[in-house]
Amino acid sequence: MTDTIIEVEDLHTHFDVGGSLFGGEGDVVRAVDGVSFDIRRGEIFGLVGESGSGKTTLGRTILGLVPATSGHIRYRDMDLATLDEKQFRPLRRNLGMIFQDPNASLNPAMTVGQGVGHPLRIHGITSNRAETRRRAAEMLDRCGLSPGEQFLDTYPEDLSGGQKQRVVIARALITEPELVVADEPVASLDMSIRAKVLELMMDLQDDLGLTYLYITHDLASGKFVCDRMAIMYLGQMVEWGESEDIYDDPQHPYTRALLEAIPLPDPSRRDRDKKLPRGEIPDALDPPRGCRFHPRCPEAFEPCGWEPKDLVDALEERWTTVDEDTFERELGMTGDLERVGFEGSRLRFSPEDRNAFSTWLQDVGPELPTAVWSGVETVERDGDDVVVRFRFGPEPGQQQHAGRTVACHLHGVVARPDGDHVGEPVDATT
Amino acid sequence: MSTPVTFASPDDRDRAGPILEVRDLSVAYGTPQGSLHAVDRISFDLHPGESLGVVGESGCGKSSMGRGLMQLLPPGGDVGGSVKLKGEELIGVGRRRLRHARGQDIALVFQEPMTRLDPLMRVSDHFVEAVRAHRPDTSKDDAKQAGREVLAAMGIPPTRADNYPHEFSGGMRQRIMIALGIVLNPAVIIADEPTTALDVIVEAQILDLLDRMRRTEDVGLILITHNLGIVAETCDRVAVMYAGRIVEIGPIDDVFANPAHPYTKGLLRSVISTDTTELSSIDGAPPSLIDPPCGCRFEPRCPEAFDACPSVDPALTEVRSDQHAACLLYPGADAGSTTDVVPPERDAAEGLQGETR
Repeated sequence: MTDTIIEVEDLHTHFDVGGSLFGGEGDVVRAVDGVSFDIRRGEIFGLVGESGSGKTTLGRTILGLVPATSGHIRYRDMDLATLDEKQFRPLRRNLGMIFQDPNASLNPAMTVGQGVGHPLRIHGITSNRAETRRRAAEMLDRCGLSPGEQFLDTYPEDLSGGQKQRVVIARALITEPELVVADEPVASLDMSIRAKVLELMMDLQDDLGLTYLYITHDLASGKFVCDRMAIMYLGQMVEWGESEDIYDDPQHPYTRALLEAIPLPDPSRRDRDKKLPRGEIPDALDPPRGCRFHPRCPEAFEPCGWEPKDLVDALEERWTTVDEDTFERELGMTGDLERVGFEGSRLRFSPEDRNAFSTWLQDVGPELPTAVWSGVETVERDGDDVVVRFRFGPEPGQQQHAGRTVACHLHGVVARPDGDHVGEPVDATT
Repeated sequence: MSTPVTFASPDDRDRAGPILEVRDLSVAYGTPQGSLHAVDRISFDLHPGESLGVVGESGCGKSSMGRGLMQLLPPGGDVGGSVKLKGEELIGVGRRRLRHARGQDIALVFQEPMTRLDPLMRVSDHFVEAVRAHRPDTSKDDAKQAGREVLAAMGIPPTRADNYPHEFSGGMRQRIMIALGIVLNPAVIIADEPTTALDVIVEAQILDLLDRMRRTEDVGLILITHNLGIVAETCDRVAVMYAGRIVEIGPIDDVFANPAHPYTKGLLRSVISTDTTELSSIDGAPPSLIDPPCGCRFEPRCPEAFDACPSVDPALTEVRSDQHAACLLYPGADAGSTTDVVPPERDAAEGLQGETR
């Protein structure tokens, strides 16, 4: 049971965005940014994360629906990351996909029978209409739409949400794929029928010997369904291993936050202590350096990669908690924060009174709402300016801890090879 | 008819009385197939500082109920019944009074914040507009200042008040919407799936804000959601809706620990949480609201249905102190019926005992 069906190594999927019509330089979103893992035959592997974590892009890259920028996806004796569309096409019968929204993934002009039978025709698995219909009816039966023959000539609009998703599943499985990528298969369904669809997916897994890559933002269903899983954040995996280990004893603060944030249907536990991260998943065009989670992390400390924009954010956050007079006074001291200079790991202020500013900043720094001040190495004068310099904050590399892989400095500071670090590793004195 | 149930919250004795009294609220839409009764004669009270969760699946009428309270319906929509705000009837009043009530007295927070903010207006100008629409004498500066204060309370830095909506993330926009909702100190906030478009962490942050706000400002909060976890985390009472009706309403602890209505039981069992050890679901689908069944609307899906259920329409009846359910398993639910309703004894006893999950 432990043979590997898919092996992903240092996979990158980047998108160019914002380039102008006239060939101007665009920015790059690193939607999947150096991910390595494997999927074992017969397991359900979960990819869990918030929107913008890259989980959907990773699933689509594996299926060749989005081209990989670099890295390897080993399947049988091939590297899927290097195949073009034409080479990929014959493999699609082995690699299926279940989409999130059945309304969007079913063609309203095709009958259920045509839709489910379509892959058979495309791959030349059946040669005549009667055979296609028979196989489609059989698959519908297996997916809980029985008798299948009665559904063949209905249209998607005649079906309920749960029935439509069963049709989507039947269509994905009719070519008897080895691996099925299921992207939020129950998220758009009502609570009362989610369980039925998940049960169906698990029953079919046993019957047909399937392997699933289960993509979800919902840790609760992930816990129930997945054998192993990876928690993703901004294109990277932050913690991955056996699901049970991850739920019982999460080792990355982001995993812990995701678990604590799930609303529990139990009023008696509503007052439990939740350590919620601040803010939201940041813009993927300009991800935080060091650990990508550090600006939000409730446990971030000195080495986590504090950088100039964190100091600006912390000052702004402070200003949501002080009174109007204090805010005006302090804003007068720092000057317009949109004018501060970002120079790599240095932040340049041009205050009116550099002495008063410098004294105030050093007073207020340690009291700021984040631990950003722990990352400050020096506050220096430079002519009329004040320059704040940040110390080395490496992007965390992966390490083995408590039976799983985790990328977090809380378990020892390990720098990721080729990571996006803050400052210089060698403490160069200027 | 039996005496009408009051739906009062348990601790209303130390309060001034309900801020909102809803009686027989109905919402219907004209469709080519006939009139669709999205909300069918529902009644409840809301007290200052109280949070009432309204849960149900898609199509149960919970959003129509929220819109019906504000009389904000699409063309073809029709509201009936009575909605009293601080004793004043809102159904049937003139458009002017209604416009004044919206925003000043009752605020709505929607699911999709981006579609509710004007992309061409700075956030601060939204506050100027909102405040001056109701209090025309307020100066621009005072309105902006009021805006900065509520924004800060929602975690938006004052330095960002003059930015445009697109410069904020989804969660920040929802914070802005809530700030806009509370800047006029309304008595009631209706939040319709306020976090459904947000990620779980941001959802928790926003729910935290809403909860803090209704406690500090003593605002009555109606939280409409499909998520039972959210209700359990933030509400004092819960109303469970099915096919346009409230089928169960009561204090949050009682309803979650001892759900009375078979639909509530099924819904609670079907929640997939991190504690789930067994999957469960409710077979079948809700009935058409154009021509609903004449008896209990849940009967075709109900595992506890008996012979009277298809023909007798159950009324809400008190099952335990302050907990009401519309189910014939409980005495009093057959009010107004001419048929004899004799629930199978063993099942009724089980139902009364409640099932702990």
